[in-house]
Amino acid sequence: MRIDQIHMADSGRLLSQLADRISYLIDIKGNSEYGNIGSLLGQIQRLRQSLFEIKESDLFEEIDRIEDRISFLEDRVAEKLSPAEIVNIVRSPQRFTLMDILENVYDSYTELGGEGECNIDPAIVVARATISRRVKNRLYSHQVMVIGHEKGQGEEYRNGGCARPWGNNKALKYMRVAETEGIPIHFYIFTPGSYPIEDYPGAAQQIARNLYVMAKLKVPMVSFISEGGSGGAEAIGASGLRLMGSRGYYSVISPEGAAAIEGKIREGEKLPRKLLEHCAAQLKITAEDNLRLGTIDRIIGEPPLGARRDDFPFFRRLRYEMLRATDELVLKTKNFRAFRAYALKRQAEEGKDVPEDFDLFIGWSLTDLERERLLEFRFKKYIELGKGYFIENKNILTQGIRKTKVFASKTYYDIRYGLLRPHHRNVQKVIEEVSGEGSVFLRKVTEPVRAAYDFVFPQPERPSKVIRSGEPERKSIFAEEWDPYVSPLANEDCTVTCPNAAKYGCLDLWVPDLYGEFCGVCPNCGHHFPLEYQWYLENLFDKNSVREFNAHIASCNPLGFQGYSARLQKDIKHTGRNSSIITFEAEVWGIRLVVAMLFSNFRGGTVGVAEGEKFVRACDVASTTRRPLLAYIHSTGGIRIHEGTLGVVQMPKCTFGVREYNDNGGLYIVVYDNNSYAGPVASFLGCSLYQFGIRSSRIGFAGPRVIRETTGQDVPTDYHSAKNALKRGHIQGIWDRREFKKNLYDALMTLGGPNLYYK
Amino acid sequence: MDINLNDLLRRYRSHPFEDYFVETPHTGVVFFKVKEGQTVKGPGGEWLHRPGTLLYVIERERNVKRMTALWSGQISGIRLDIEGQFVEAGEPLFSIRHQLDKEEIIDRILTQVLYIFSAPQRARYFLTPEISARMEKQFKQGVSVELGEDVLIMSLMKRDTMISYEGVPGSLYKVYFNSGDMVEQGSPLLGICSPDKLQYVQKVIHRIRTEWEK
Repeated sequence: MRIDQIHMADSGRLLSQLADRISYLIDIKGNSEYGNIGSLLGQIQRLRQSLFEIKESDLFEEIDRIEDRISFLEDRVAEKLSPAEIVNIVRSPQRFTLMDILENVYDSYTELGGEGECNIDPAIVVARATISRRVKNRLYSHQVMVIGHEKGQGEEYRNGGCARPWGNNKALKYMRVAETEGIPIHFYIFTPGSYPIEDYPGAAQQIARNLYVMAKLKVPMVSFISEGGSGGAEAIGASGLRLMGSRGYYSVISPEGAAAIEGKIREGEKLPRKLLEHCAAQLKITAEDNLRLGTIDRIIGEPPLGARRDDFPFFRRLRYEMLRATDELVLKTKNFRAFRAYALKRQAEEGKDVPEDFDLFIGWSLTDLERERLLEFRFKKYIELGKGYFIENKNILTQGIRKTKVFASKTYYDIRYGLLRPHHRNVQKVIEEVSGEGSVFLRKVTEPVRAAYDFVFPQPERPSKVIRSGEPERKSIFAEEWDPYVSPLANEDCTVTCPNAAKYGCLDLWVPDLYGEFCGVCPNCGHHFPLEYQWYLENLFDKNSVREFNAHIASCNPLGFQGYSARLQKDIKHTGRNSSIITFEAEVWGIRLVVAMLFSNFRGGTVGVAEGEKFVRACDVASTTRRPLLAYIHSTGGIRIHEGTLGVVQMPKCTFGVREYNDNGGLYIVVYDNNSYAGPVASFLGCSLYQFGIRSSRIGFAGPRVIRETTGQDVPTDYHSAKNALKRGHIQGIWDRREFKKNLYDALMTLGGPNLYYK
Repeated sequence: MDINLNDLLRRYRSHPFEDYFVETPHTGVVFFKVKEGQTVKGPGGEWLHRPGTLLYVIERERNVKRMTALWSGQISGIRLDIEGQFVEAGEPLFSIRHQLDKEEIIDRILTQVLYIFSAPQRARYFLTPEISARMEKQFKQGVSVELGEDVLIMSLMKRDTMISYEGVPGSLYKVYFNSGDMVEQGSPLLGICSPDKLQYVQKVIHRIRTEWEK
C-alpha cells in the first residue's frame, strides 16, 4: 500500500514512525550530520506542527519523499556497518530487550524473584515460561526457565542490564531450580558488563560461582547474545550452545574501555572517535568474527540494521532457533538419534525462512545417563575453546615423545592410584579392623599375664613421641634450610619510604635490608612491598624440586591486533618466557603439588589463550598425578584485551578444568599476591573453595577508575585490600609472606588431610 | 566565656586567614615544585584519598619523597635560597596561607563561644528521646539543658549508658554528631551557649552568613 492511499488520520502515526527511523539512524551513526539526517528530522517536526494546514496531497507527497530518502540512507548505512556502529545498534533504546522476547517468543511466562522495580536486581529477569511448536497440526508445549539481563525501555532502575552481584546470585538460584525440575534453561545476554562492586557476594566471586555451577548443571542450556560484555556475559553464558544475533556484539571489554587503555586516555578526558572505532574494529566483536573464532556456535539473522522491539518476523525466527538449539543439545545425548538429527539438520538447511511446522517432536526430559553425556559434551566443548590460537611446537617427534610421556604417566598413576591404592586401602582397612578385633581379644587373654609381669618387673614411664604421619621434622631456617637467594632489588644502595609511614610512623627502610633480611616486609607495620616472582620460586618450594612443564606453549596474536605482536615479542625477550603463566611440579616440605603461577612481568599477568590452555593442562596433570593444585597469583590484570573474546572464553574453559579436577577429588588452593583483578578472579580463581591472600595484596573485580566511571561513586583506598576481601568472605585467610611456606604446608595438611593425594 | 564577639569578628574580618608553616620532616636535599604566590590544593575526594598539589621533593639516601599540600591556600615566604641544598629536619620552607571560608570562621567562633561537651569515650551516641522531642518542637527558641540532666545515651558493646550533662547550663546550640555515629574519645558532641549570649551569637552568625562574600 502506498503512503498516499492511507487516510489522513494515519499521517500523524506515519510521521512519528519516520521520526523513530531517523532517530535510530542518528543512534547508529552517533551524530545527526550523516546524510543531513538532522534536517529531515526538522522537516518532520514542521510537518507535525502544520499537519492540518497543508493540503492532503501535498502532505503525502512530502511524507513519500522523506520516506524514500530515509530508506535510501538506511540502505547506505546497512551496506557498510562498522563494528562501532554495531555497538551503537545494540545500545539503541529501540533495540529489543528481554521483556520483548518473553512477550513474543514464549507463549506465557511468570516472572520469578521479583517483578519490575520490586526485585532483588531488576537488571536480571528470571521467568518460568512455556514455548510451543506445531508438529503436524498438533501443538506441543515445553517448559523452560528463562534467565537474562533486562536493559529496560528507559527505566533507570534496570541499570542498563548491568547485573549486581546479588542479581547473578538470583540467576544461580533459579538455575538450580531448573536443575531440580529438570527443565532446560534459555539465557539471554543483554549486558554491557557486570556492576563492579565488591559488596557480598561480590561481583567477581559470584560470576565465578555461577561458572563453577554451570560447568556441571544437569540440564540443557542455550544462550543468546545480543550484548555480551565480558564477565557479565559469562555469568549466565557458559551454556551448551551459544547463539548470537547478527547485529549483536560480544567483547572482552567495551570499546570505550579498550580505547582508554590503548590510547592511555586520562580520566575525564574525551575519547577520540577515531580511536574508539579503531579499537572496536581491532577487538573483533561482531557475530561473524566470533563465529570464525569459535566463541559462539551459530548466528541468528537479524534485519540489516538490527531487530527492533516490533520486529515480529525476527521473534519468530528466534523462537524457532531456540527450539532447534535445545533439540540439538537433547538429541546429542540420545542413544538413537540418527534420523531425528538428520531431520533437524535438513530442516535447518531447507532455507532461510522459518517453517510453520516442525517435522518432528523431541521431548526435552533426560535420563541420568543422558545427563552425564550432556555434561561430557559441554566439558569437551569448553576445553577445546581457543585451540589453535596459541603457538605450540608442532614437530612430530617432539609431540610424539610428549604424548608418550603423558600416556606413560597416566598409565602409571592410574595403576598406582586407580587400581593399587584402592585395593591397598581396602586391604589396610580390613587389616585395621581385624587387628582391632584381634587386639581386643588378645588383650582379654594377655591382660592378666601382662599385669603379673608388670607387677614383677615394673618399667619406668616414658614420654611418648607424637609425630603426625608424613610430617617431616621442622628444621631451623638458620641451619640447613638457609636459602642464599636474595632479590636483585636488594642490590640498590638507597632507602624507601613505607606507604604507611604517615599513619604508623614507619622509618625509612634501607633497601638491602628490606629486600634481603626483611623479605620485602616493613618491620614496623608489616606492609608487604612487591617482590619478583622468582623470589617465590626459590623460597616457597623445596630446593631443586621445581620442574616446569608446557613451557613451550606461547602466546600469539590471534586477532591480528595492531601493535600487540611487537609488545609480545618485547615481553618474551624481557622475561625469557612465552606466556604469563608458569606451570610446574614442586614440593613443599616433601608434599608434592602442581602449581600454576601467573606473574606480572609478562603483559601484567593477563590471561590469554596460551595461559588458559596451560592452566587447563596443569589441572589435567594434577588430576592425573592425584596431586594438590596451587594457583599462586603473583599478579593478574584480568583477561588480555588484545585476544578479544578468545580471552574471555578462557574464563569458562579454566573453570570447567578446575571443576573437573575438584570433582575427581583434587584439592585446589588459590593464593593471591600483589594485585588480582577482573576475569581470572571472576572465574577459575574465584571459584576455588580455598582462597588466601598475601598481606597487602589487592583483590577485586574492577579497579577504582572503572568503578568510578561505571557507578559514579568513588571507593575508599582500601576497598580492594585483602583485609576487606577477608571481611566480605571472599578469601579465607591472610598470610604473611615470611610464613608463606609454613602456612601453605599447614593448609595442605589440614585441607587435604589423609586424602591429600587421592580422595 | 567572657569573649567579646565584636573583637572576634573584627579580627577575622581584618585577617580571614590561617597560616600553616611547612617544615622539612627530616634531613635531605630540597627541591621546590611551587612558586611564591601559587595557589595549591589540599587533599581531595570523599576519603581525602587524592593527594594535594606537589609542594617539594626531599631526597635523602637516594630516596626521593614527594611532599604534597595538606591544606589549600597560597604559597608565601618561600625560601628559594635553600633550593637544592642539604637541610636539617624541621627547616621552615614556606607557609600556606589558607583563606577561611564562612563556615570555617563560624566554626572557629563557635568553638570559642560555646561550651563544648566532648565524648567521654569511643562509642556510639544518641540524644535522649526527651531532648530529641524537645529539639523537634522548639529548636529555634533553643533547647535548654540543665546541670545533671540526662542528655545523651552512650551505646557500647550493646550496653546503653545515660550520660548526664556536666557544664555550663544553657541552650543546646549545635549537635556535632549524627545519631548512632561512632565518635572518638574527646571529639565534640554538643555545643552549649549560655542564655544571655544566645541571641547575640545567632545574630553574629546570621551576619557572617549573609554579609560575608565567601
